Amino acid sequence: MTSKAIQEKHTSTRLMMIQKGIAKGIPIMMGYLPVALTYGVLAKQAGMSIFEITLMSVLVFAGASQFMGAGMIAIGTGAVEIIIATFVLNFRHFVMSLSFMNRLRGINLKWKVPLSLGLTDETFSVASIHSEEAKQDKGTYFYAALMITAYFSWVFGSFLGGVLGDIIPETLSQSMGVALYAMFIGLLIPSVKKELKFGLIAVIAMLVNGIFSQFVDTGWAIVAGTLIGGATGIILLKEDPQ
Amino acid sequence: MIIAVIIGMALVTMIPRFIPAFIVDKINFPSWINRWLNAIPYAALGALIFPGVLSVKQDQPLIGLAGGLVAIALAFFGFNIILVVVGAIATVFLLTF
Repeated sequence: MTSKAIQEKHTSTRLMMIQKGIAKGIPIMMGYLPVALTYGVLAKQAGMSIFEITLMSVLVFAGASQFMGAGMIAIGTGAVEIIIATFVLNFRHFVMSLSFMNRLRGINLKWKVPLSLGLTDETFSVASIHSEEAKQDKGTYFYAALMITAYFSWVFGSFLGGVLGDIIPETLSQSMGVALYAMFIGLLIPSVKKELKFGLIAVIAMLVNGIFSQFVDTGWAIVAGTLIGGATGIILLKEDPQ
Repeated sequence: MIIAVIIGMALVTMIPRFIPAFIVDKINFPSWINRWLNAIPYAALGALIFPGVLSVKQDQPLIGLAGGLVAIALAFFGFNIILVVVGAIATVFLLTF
């Protein structure tokens, strides 16, 4: 093979990975757009400018904490309190990132750092269900395309919400609030059909989260559910042959 | 002032996200930690679904539950994830209409 042919093969694999990443990002986009629009509307009502609304999505890129942040700004909460609450709510991404980065061990830090910054509940879930790409040639392009698709729909939706205001009728936007939960379910069920123990791990995490959320902040309850539910995997799972 | 809050929120969100990229470069985990980390996605999915799904419609947990059950059924029968999402949205929409 000439070097040109090799070059072309590389380009086509890369393109294929990018297309696949975008395709797998579509359900996230469907979930993000209405949620981002709602965030934009809410943040506008909280007194934030269009620039601030969009900047928060560009820099923070974490839905629940942005809703909380906008809400706290609206009632005049102090900066330090808002920042601490954000840390607590988003700390679960540390656990998720550790899991995802452990999959990407062989990959250069130049890729790992930007990919880690693109992690949200949704991109992490989709990326983890497609863990085989981590070992494939140009697999990083798959993850990057997935995250960029999610990122742009989030940023664009927030901006649009701030500009247009309440355009979606309330019944519809409320109905669309179920989208991301449905996506999580749609990701989990096929794995459970393959291996029942994945379902057991998830159910334990649900119960732990349900119990903890009675006593501590949502952020810590999700962290506890994820860590304790995941810990059952120490017994239930076999080592992944890598 | 709001800009300062946004930058603060960004920092406390970004730092926990990228620190693991450096950790896995420095430390090799024993097998049991690898198994733990491999189980994290399923545990996270569980914790993200429940009890959050019950709060789709405020004070009416059964509506979120119905949407969730429809999603489970559609996913179980192997429908594409986009249809799973659309089916759940339609269920909640019809129940609240």
